[in-house]
Parts: sequence; structure tokens; C-alpha cells
Amino acid sequence: MSELDIARTSAPDSAPPSRAARLGEWIGMYTVSVLVALTVSAILVEATGGDWRPVMDALVDGSVQNPGRWGETLGVAAPMLLVALGVVVSAKAGLINIGQEGQLAIGAAFAVYFSFLIGGPGPLNVVILLLAGALGGALWAGVAGVLRFWRGVPEVLSTLLLVTVAGQAVAYGLRKSSLLLADEASRGNRNQVSEQLAPDNRLPRPDIFGNEFPITVYIALVLAAFIAFMLARSVWGFRLRMLGQNQRTAQRAGVSQRQYGMVALMIGGALAGLAGAAMFAGGEFSFGNYRLVPGFSANIGWTGLLVALVARERALAAIPVAFAFAALRTGSGFVAATGVESRITDVIQGLLVLALLMPPAVMFILDRRRVRAVSAART
Amino acid sequence: MEFFEAIWDIFSRDATYVIAALFAGLLVLAASGEWVAERAGTINISVEAMLLSGAFVGAIGYDITSSPIVAIGAGAIGGMIIASIQAEMSHRMAADQFVVGLTLNILVFGVAAFLDREIAPDVRLASTWDIPLLSDIPLIGQALFGQPWPFYLIYLVVPFSWWLVFRTRWGLELRAVGENPQSADVNAIDVNKRRRQAIYYTGFTSGLGGAFLILVQIGEFNESIVGGRGFIAIAAVIFGGWTLRGTIAGCVLFATALSFRLSLSGYDINSELLQSLPFLVTILGMAVFAHRVRPPVALARPFVRGLK
Repeated sequence: MSELDIARTSAPDSAPPSRAARLGEWIGMYTVSVLVALTVSAILVEATGGDWRPVMDALVDGSVQNPGRWGETLGVAAPMLLVALGVVVSAKAGLINIGQEGQLAIGAAFAVYFSFLIGGPGPLNVVILLLAGALGGALWAGVAGVLRFWRGVPEVLSTLLLVTVAGQAVAYGLRKSSLLLADEASRGNRNQVSEQLAPDNRLPRPDIFGNEFPITVYIALVLAAFIAFMLARSVWGFRLRMLGQNQRTAQRAGVSQRQYGMVALMIGGALAGLAGAAMFAGGEFSFGNYRLVPGFSANIGWTGLLVALVARERALAAIPVAFAFAALRTGSGFVAATGVESRITDVIQGLLVLALLMPPAVMFILDRRRVRAVSAART
Repeated sequence: MEFFEAIWDIFSRDATYVIAALFAGLLVLAASGEWVAERAGTINISVEAMLLSGAFVGAIGYDITSSPIVAIGAGAIGGMIIASIQAEMSHRMAADQFVVGLTLNILVFGVAAFLDREIAPDVRLASTWDIPLLSDIPLIGQALFGQPWPFYLIYLVVPFSWWLVFRTRWGLELRAVGENPQSADVNAIDVNKRRRQAIYYTGFTSGLGGAFLILVQIGEFNESIVGGRGFIAIAAVIFGGWTLRGTIAGCVLFATALSFRLSLSGYDINSELLQSLPFLVTILGMAVFAHRVRPPVALARPFVRGLK
């Protein structure tokens, strides 16, 4: 709440500040917020008898500094970015889809099912797998869309409720050998696990400066640029934004809420599903090593949602945010070695998000005060 | 035939009802608070965090004093700490309520897991009170009137929530805020203040729910004891069509379905289906009754004066 007090005491009574001063305010506020979040985390570590310095070192080592680590981080950031892009698209249409975790799980399950059903030669199968993933996510989000536009069920609620259903559906599929479960020879004594993806069906992992990461990274970056362009510069994007900002205007201008809303929701789901498929075929070890396992989605869906919201629903801003969140994740593996419970990274991440929410909120209050001051000065 | 015999077998056992009542108690506490918040027009998805925080702070309180009463008070405070973050950030600072809620869920899970390794509070179940006569009722007597004593809090919290919302001026204003914030604002009701207060109330009851979890149902603390039941409480409010009666019915229904996992352990029942049942039933219910059941009009719409 300290930022709020600053806002109160510094309410200016003069003209609005220049553009440079505003930029300075933004940067200053973000810096202070991040520092506060890190300080609180450090205090927490110290208070429980740990030492924060090795924890920070481990985080940096594990996420970017040690050899091969930033490739790992990029590999984790890519699905987060994909999910976040989906959130951006549906949010621009004024739809609050918070079920990415479920859409991602269903996408991964579709990818697994169809890749083993169809088979096919290497590169072709990778394409089929990614498309199947996108299709799965889109269908799962489509359920919420149908409920929203034909039955009037708020999409916030239905997408949230469908998350658990998706997780359980995948867990069920993993118990049936007709669906996802591997046959006994390949799974050994493991219970709920899918067949492992054959090496020639996996996403290529080019090696750059000793860092290996799946090509999902490029796909995600290209999609981010493409979506940013479509939303800002195309007729379709314009209509979508109109729908999000004022439904009545959109209706008068001939934008069908049903049509555009459905498409926006399904694109959101498709990107989450694509992220799931890419996690399966891209093979970070933390994602089950080319096998589908229960709990496969590993909170990537939730984190991707947070990425989009912290980036304030802008496609390009989501790129650095996704990288930062991925860095916390890959760094957490190294934190355990310092003797401090690695859950501390969850805490740091949560505090960071809360801190990053502060500047826009404070800025909003500041702007209102300025407007009021200006209008008071005139009268 | 065998299936029906199995079902009959289960429903004629006291234990079934006892387990179901334990599951339901937690949901009822959390959901009756969440119901108040949703009537004020805010979806508070940090219930999960509030339950966990209530359980953890309650456990620390018990660890220090070995008194269940202190544990309950500490639990309520634990819930309200989370409520204060949720309320102040989303209804004073105008940050998105879902981001705040989701983040709190992750944050509290992390903090609880982290501190539990360092502190490891020691908790025991509270002593059982058999209420004379009532606890001798066949089948449901033990379940409803023969529980550890903090269980009986639900008999206070539920009527109190109803009284608060329907029989006080505060409650009337609260409902106005949920239905039409613009008019409420014009009538000199501080919209965001009412919403904050409603969230604090959710924090209070969910904190009690957390204390309930450690004192009545489980008797120990670890970071995964809540296990998504905050979301089920939210589902119950929606399932109940934003009425208190329906919410309680939802809690009882979902608790029964969930408790089948324990009481049916000998039989081959699809556990994935059972676990997703609360959510499936709620979605189906919303789809079928969408035109008859109406959510509070301003549900999940932040209020900023001058913006519509």
C-alpha cells in the first residue's frame, strides 16, 4: 500500500507531465515494485534461517548463466507465450477465458492420440500432432463458447469449471489403452503414462551457442508478431477490438458477437492446445520426456494466463514477461541445491505478479487526480 | 443388480453420512462466504488461498497454544489476511480481480509449502461433542450432531450469512451493489467499499473453513490439504443459482459425490468421473437453467465511477 501513499502525497496541481516524465514515472514505479517484491522474498528467506544471496545466485545460474540454461528457459517460455497470446486474442474481444490450463491438457491429449493413431513419416507427423493439439484446445474452448453464446452461461465460470474436468478426462484417458495408455511392454511398471514419441516425430531442437531449444520458440515468436499485427492493423482485429470495447457499437457496425466471439475464444483455446502439443513434442524433461503423464500441464496454462495479464494484454509485451516467468521456473531447480525449499520461487513469482499489478493501478489513480486537478483549476 | 446392492449397502451405513458431512462442512463454510461476495458482484477465486491460509495460520495458533478456540480465531485472521490483499488490490486499486485471485492461489500455496518445511506446526483433532438425543437419530444423527465441536460453527455461519444479506441495511446495499452499481453509487453507497467488506466476510468464513479442515476433518497440516475444494465451493454458489439455499444444496450434493471416493473404495467406480462431477453438474445446470437462474447483473464487472 506504500505506493498508494506516494500517490496521495504527490498529487500534483499543475499541468499534466510531459511524455518523457511519464515514461520516467512508469519505469520508476516498475523498478520500485520489483525491488519491493524481491526484498520481501529475501526477508522471507532470511527470517526462516536461510541466506538470500545464494538463492538469487542459483536463480540466475539456473535460468540464464550456466551453460545450456537459457536454451532451457526459452523452451519453457515458448508454451507460456503461446498460451498468453491466446489470452490476448480472447481478451481483446472482451471475453475472459481463464481455462487455459484445461485447454492445454486437452490439446496435449489430442496431440498424443492422433499422432499415434495416424502415425506417418517424421515431419508430417509433427505437423499433424501440432494441428491436433490446436484442434483439441479449440474444441474445449468451443464448449465454453457454445455455452456462452447459445445458452448465456458466462464464459468466466464455464472455462474455470472446465479446467478440472479436462484434467480428469486426460487422467481417465491415460487409464484406457484404447485411448492414451501405452501398452505394457513400453511403459514397464508405470501406471498412467502414454507411449513415448519416436525420435523422428519430435520437434527439431537446433543447437545455438551450446543452447538447445525446440523450434516452438520460433513458432511462438512469429505468432506473437503476427497476432500483434492482426490485432492492430487488420479489419478483423479492428472488429474484434470494437466488440471488446463496446458491444453495442459493434452490433450496430455489423459485427456478429456470436461469430467473432466464438472465433476469438476458439483461437485462444487453439493456442493453448498448441502449447500443450508443443510441450509434448518439444521435450523439456520437466514436461514428461515425450510422454503424456497425469499433471502434464504443470501450471503452464495458469502461468501463461498470468503472463498475458501482467503484459496487460499486449502480444509483444508478453514476450519478455514469458521469459522472466520461465526463468523463475528453470531457476527453481537450482535453488533446491542451496538448502532452501525450492517452493520459494512460487512465492517470488506470486509477489512479482502482485508487484507488477501495482504500477498500472497507481497510474490510473494518479491520472484521475491529475484530470480532477486540471478541471478544478479551470473552474 | 450388484451395483444397486452396493449403493444400498453404502447408504445404510452411518460412516457414509459422517464422511459426507465432513466434506460438506468445509464447503458450506467457504461457499456461504463466497455467496455473499458474489451477491456483491465480485467473483473471488482466491477462496482456495483463503482456506489454505486459514488452515495454516490456524495450525500455527494451535501449535503455540494447543487451544482449538485460538486456532479458530487464528484461522479466521489467516483468511482475512488474504481477503485484505484481494479486496484492497482489486476493489481499491482497480487491479483485475482474476489476476489477483489466481496469483494469491499460487502465492499462498508457495508460502504455506515453504513455511511448513520450516515450522511444521503440530495439530490435533478437536474433541467430539455428542449432542444428546439429536445424535441418536438413525443414519444422519452421528453425521450432523456427533462431530468434533468446531463442526457446529456451520449452524451459526449459515443463518448469519442469510440474516446479513437479507435482513440488514448493509445486506440490502450489498445486493444493490451487485445488481446495479451505478444506481447504488448515485444513492451514496460506496460500491467498492461494500465489495471489499463482502470479500473480508468471505475471508472470515473461509478462514473458519481452514480451521475446520485441520481441527475437524484431517487433524494435521500440509500444503495440499485443500486440494481444489475452494473451486468446488465456487461451483456450489453458481450451481445454487446465487441463492443461499441452492448453494447449501450444492455443497451437500458435491460433498456426497466426493465422499464416495472414500466410502466406495472397495468398489470399481470411475474416480475421474466422481471428481469432475461437481463441475460437470454445475456446467450442465447453468446450461439448462441459464434462462431461469440469473446471476447478479454486475457479477465480475469492476466498478469505476464514471465508466460503464
